[in-house]
Amino acid sequence: MTVVFGVPLPAILGQLMLGLVNGSFYALLSLGLAVIFGLLGVVNFAHGAFYMLGAFAAYIGLQFLGVNYWCALLLAPLAVGLLGIVIERLFLRHLYQLDPLYGLLLTFGIALIAEGTMRGIFGASGKSYPVPESLQGGFNLGFMVLPIYRAWAVFASLTVCGLTWFLIERTRLGAMLRAATENARLVQAFGINVPLMVMTTYGAGVALAALAGVLAAPVTQVSPLMGSSLVIVVFAVVVIGGMGSIIGAIVSGLVLGMIEGLTKVIYPEASNIVVFVIMAVVLIWRPTGLFGRE
Amino acid sequence: MLKTMTVALGAFLSLYACSQAAAAGDQIVIGDIDDLSGVYADVQGQGGVEAANMAIADLGGTILGKKVIVLSVDHQNKPDIGASKFREWADQNGLNMLLGGSNTGVSIAMAKVAVAKKVPFFAIGAGGASLTGADCTPYSIHYAYDTTALGNGTASAIVKQGGKTWFFVTADYAFGTQLQEAAARVVTANGGKVLGAVRAPLGTTDYSSFLLQAQASGAQVLGLANAGTDFSNSLKGANEFGITKTMKPAALLAFISDIHSLTLQTAQGLYLTTAWYWDLNDETRAFAKRFFAKMHREPTMTQAAYYSATLQYLKAVKTVGSTDPDLVMAELKRAKINDMFTKNGYIRADGLMVHTMYVMQVKTPAESKYPWDYYKVIKVMSGEEADGSQPDPACSLSKK
Repeated sequence: MTVVFGVPLPAILGQLMLGLVNGSFYALLSLGLAVIFGLLGVVNFAHGAFYMLGAFAAYIGLQFLGVNYWCALLLAPLAVGLLGIVIERLFLRHLYQLDPLYGLLLTFGIALIAEGTMRGIFGASGKSYPVPESLQGGFNLGFMVLPIYRAWAVFASLTVCGLTWFLIERTRLGAMLRAATENARLVQAFGINVPLMVMTTYGAGVALAALAGVLAAPVTQVSPLMGSSLVIVVFAVVVIGGMGSIIGAIVSGLVLGMIEGLTKVIYPEASNIVVFVIMAVVLIWRPTGLFGRE
Repeated sequence: MLKTMTVALGAFLSLYACSQAAAAGDQIVIGDIDDLSGVYADVQGQGGVEAANMAIADLGGTILGKKVIVLSVDHQNKPDIGASKFREWADQNGLNMLLGGSNTGVSIAMAKVAVAKKVPFFAIGAGGASLTGADCTPYSIHYAYDTTALGNGTASAIVKQGGKTWFFVTADYAFGTQLQEAAARVVTANGGKVLGAVRAPLGTTDYSSFLLQAQASGAQVLGLANAGTDFSNSLKGANEFGITKTMKPAALLAFISDIHSLTLQTAQGLYLTTAWYWDLNDETRAFAKRFFAKMHREPTMTQAAYYSATLQYLKAVKTVGSTDPDLVMAELKRAKINDMFTKNGYIRADGLMVHTMYVMQVKTPAESKYPWDYYKVIKVMSGEEADGSQPDPACSLSKK
């Protein structure tokens, strides 16, 4: 058996593959955060809660309304995105003129309320969400068996990441969004409805979190605390990638997932902190993040 | 007018206070502190309360002319919550006996309160053998099963069938480590070898990276030193990642509720050790039928033990004619235990209830003939075979 760093190669490849799966969730979540921060300047601490609500929307749909997985992939982000829009209209837009700290506190409060409510209704233990029939089974890669569902989750999240990047960086709509963040008043003067655009952007960012939640539901359990344990890592990912940088969020999400996987084989005890160590190093060396603008 | 009202109110209040105080003395209060919402909620949970109430009803609802009531609370798998609730009930609610649910960590904390407050404590859901070893107390009884018995049952059965090399996936707290130790001891004593272990936090949902570590070790047996949904999630993951094709999973602690949620398709062929099974004989089936009528599921071994512990405690109170904790404990340690849970069980000096244990194998879907027909008996172990014939020397009570 080939051995690298004193570890058998199949073990490394296996953990790298799992790291890629986790990384694709980091990428999808940090992408939503980056979009919201980049275009609204809001540090959306409720992102983990929206991820959790997306998973619960899928669970509720399946258990009580007969909505299957494929429809949930579409409907859950839509429903949670609408909730995000309501929150933006009612609360968040009053804070744009203030220090970003206010937005952070507001969204943190929203996260606590959402978690507490779901905990009250569904209990602290998780609910299990079955893997859809057509995605059961696994591929034998030689060094490990990769469940088809996880391969699908990686594929789906990378596709969505790519589409979002394209939408923002390469289309006319994206150009208007970016222009509005540079100088909202000027863009408004051209007759573009900036408040509407900001509202939609927040909704879309929230919908991305909910989509990640639906994708994660069959992998982890659907539980009220699934978001809060993840959101801290995702924030670190965004900081490493550069606050507000779309491509930075995607790339650092994937790479950090894999570094975490590697750490699990080389020095497992450090796997929970490796992302934060990297964040500290990046902040010292490049305070704006790897892909951030000065 | 105001004066009259004040006097009347004062009189009323003092009357009320008296009646409250009298009420506490008129009752026998049994407490249940368990995980009612987390990974172990299905093991006893509400079913445990129901089983205790069934025992009370079977004895007529009153003992020595006092009404028997059950209090119950969720410890959320936090030792501090369990211990402080126990203390509160002992101080304010006249608690006479405590039934301890899942989680060894919580039970160790509660055992300390049992001594301080002199309240008999039946540890039932928790498995850690230290409860009658280093953590034993004169008021603790470890009633249903312990990690030593699980190791002697499941691990020895698998090693003897040729599963010589082991890798453990262990729940990262007192119970998991004690279970792993007990199993590893049996594995090495029978000529096997432990190749490694990994500790997963309680309540982990995605076991994939832990399982790949197990697979990379090249061990023949995947020892799952965990329980509740931790057990079912890790076994599900092992299936999903094709690890059960190369490694033989060993369920060091599985309850029938876990097998039910995993389904026979996933769980078939597993070996496990249990103190009780609903389909053992007419007596167990009769209890299970009554339980099923209320809870719509078959009782787990620890739910059956909740029934038995409540029954035996109340019988001891009746025999000694008092709820005095020292008299009741002496009677419990003197009398043999004979009910639908076990025959000729007895409580050792260290507080362990020694009784028959069963090594079971989970049936295949084809072998299962009716709902909940899940186990076949592989081996019947006497209490001494399961737990040794001598009290644990680590317990201070054993030396007498």
